[in-house]
Amino acid sequence: MNTSQYFTAFRTIVIKEVSRFARIWIQTILPPAVSMTLYFVIFGSLIGPRIGQMDGFNYIQYIAPGIIMMSIINSSYANVVSSFFGAKFQRHIEEMLVAPIPNIIILSGYITGGIARGMMVGLVVTLVALFFTELHIEHPLIVVTVVLLTSTLFSLAGFINGIFARKFDDIAIIPSFVLTPLIYLGGVFYSINLLPEFWQTVSRLNPIFYMVNAFRYGMLGVSDINIQSAFTIILIFTVALFSLCLYLLNKGVGIKT
Amino acid sequence: MKALQITNLKKTYKSGLQALKGISLEVNEGDFFALLGPNGAGKSTTIGIVTSLVNKTDGKVNIFGLDIDSHSVQAKSLIGVAPQEINFSQFENPLEILLNQAGYYGINRKTAYGRAEKYLGNMGLWEKRNEPSRTLSGGLKRRLMIARALIHEPKLLILDEPTAGVDVELRRSMWDFLIEINKQGTTIVLTTHYLEEAEKLCKNIAIIDKGNIIENTSIKSILSKLDIETFFFDLRHAQSTPPVINGYDYHMLDGSTLQVDISKQQGINNLFSQLSEQGIEVLSMRNKSNRLEELFINLLKENKTDSQV
Repeated sequence: MNTSQYFTAFRTIVIKEVSRFARIWIQTILPPAVSMTLYFVIFGSLIGPRIGQMDGFNYIQYIAPGIIMMSIINSSYANVVSSFFGAKFQRHIEEMLVAPIPNIIILSGYITGGIARGMMVGLVVTLVALFFTELHIEHPLIVVTVVLLTSTLFSLAGFINGIFARKFDDIAIIPSFVLTPLIYLGGVFYSINLLPEFWQTVSRLNPIFYMVNAFRYGMLGVSDINIQSAFTIILIFTVALFSLCLYLLNKGVGIKT
Repeated sequence: MKALQITNLKKTYKSGLQALKGISLEVNEGDFFALLGPNGAGKSTTIGIVTSLVNKTDGKVNIFGLDIDSHSVQAKSLIGVAPQEINFSQFENPLEILLNQAGYYGINRKTAYGRAEKYLGNMGLWEKRNEPSRTLSGGLKRRLMIARALIHEPKLLILDEPTAGVDVELRRSMWDFLIEINKQGTTIVLTTHYLEEAEKLCKNIAIIDKGNIIENTSIKSILSKLDIETFFFDLRHAQSTPPVINGYDYHMLDGSTLQVDISKQQGINNLFSQLSEQGIEVLSMRNKSNRLEELFINLLKENKTDSQV
């Protein structure tokens, strides 16, 4: 196969992935829009005014970037884990495995699908946020880069979950017991400067903390951490997970006997 | 040129099950080849390894001279496979399934659409191209998998029990189609439990049992090993008592159907003479269609005895 044929294969996977989540938009796009609206209503409009300002911004403005980032993380992860595990479960992953597609293209196709859903949901949640508060983007390039890197990273994490999952329970465990706590403790709703020294140190071990803060810096221009450190850490995680995914695919873990 | 060359192929699963114990096999280009064996013999494992769905433990597999390990991409592009189990997305329609599969092989949308029309049409599925695939009958699902396997026009087509659960009419039309594409140059490897199917379609055969090849020869040669053939005679008049036939094993299936085992040495003339002498008129005769079945069972029995020794 030549480069053009590889691109056709990649495009086919991406179109299939995007069509899949677009076809079931009531399950994939609508729920985050509804739940994030509730976050804005409860934490922004009802509780927010009592909290006052945080880092010089209204509370609702302060939490908006974190809430958008939370929806991107959840959606990109959920897209890849459910799609890849579904393909394993129904065995139509075999359609790709028998075809002359290098594993890097299979992986890239799934990840691009995850990025697409993450960005689509992120856009919808941003539009929802505009009903509650003004949003102005301080550093557009940083915003776009962080969104791309974060959705890539969590698409990769979802892919790994999909590889190891043997039953539907396995694709719910990680989001419920690992992802959600990390997101909530990642500084979505507060600045870590409010925490005691010890918990500030613990928070710095959470990779999501860097993503939320980098995104908040792009939107508002404020961050709990140095933006370069945030990018370095996100990049390290992304490269590490990409390499791990490719290794697992090449070994046939979870997909070949 | 060998379309498929398997050398000393071994597979041991994590459970410790030794599914293949070092099989070697060659399929010539243009052949229609049957791989037979009882359940759990290693047929699907062999096909799984050839199509890159199962990791082998040891051995080599070449597709038209290309090693599946070192020339994976080129080798894969020459193979089309229709597996035993349904393995397409139940939420997609037949046209989407074929267009996506073509895309995985790098075929552009326009060419893919033309081929999808051709192969879905050949399989009687074009009218159902936009229906969700989960609503298709079992037989049509199998046809869909064959159409999908052909979308990139492979040189080697592997069919793992393609007619299992398919009704007689559909099965026969599938046979005609497979004979036609084999004539056009596609090498076909078929596994089946219907030995009549292997006898009708295939030129060469391998029988696999407990992870070993126990027979690998032409259909003609294997059938020549059959010493005794069973024939059925339809009699014009129903018989109240069975006829007396000396020198043959026989019995009446019903009043007007006589079943006789005839060895090659005996011939059939003597039988007709004896029936004529008793005033019994034969309307028609046919041999048992699944002759291969008897040989197959005998070979498996021999293999069982050998492995016990």
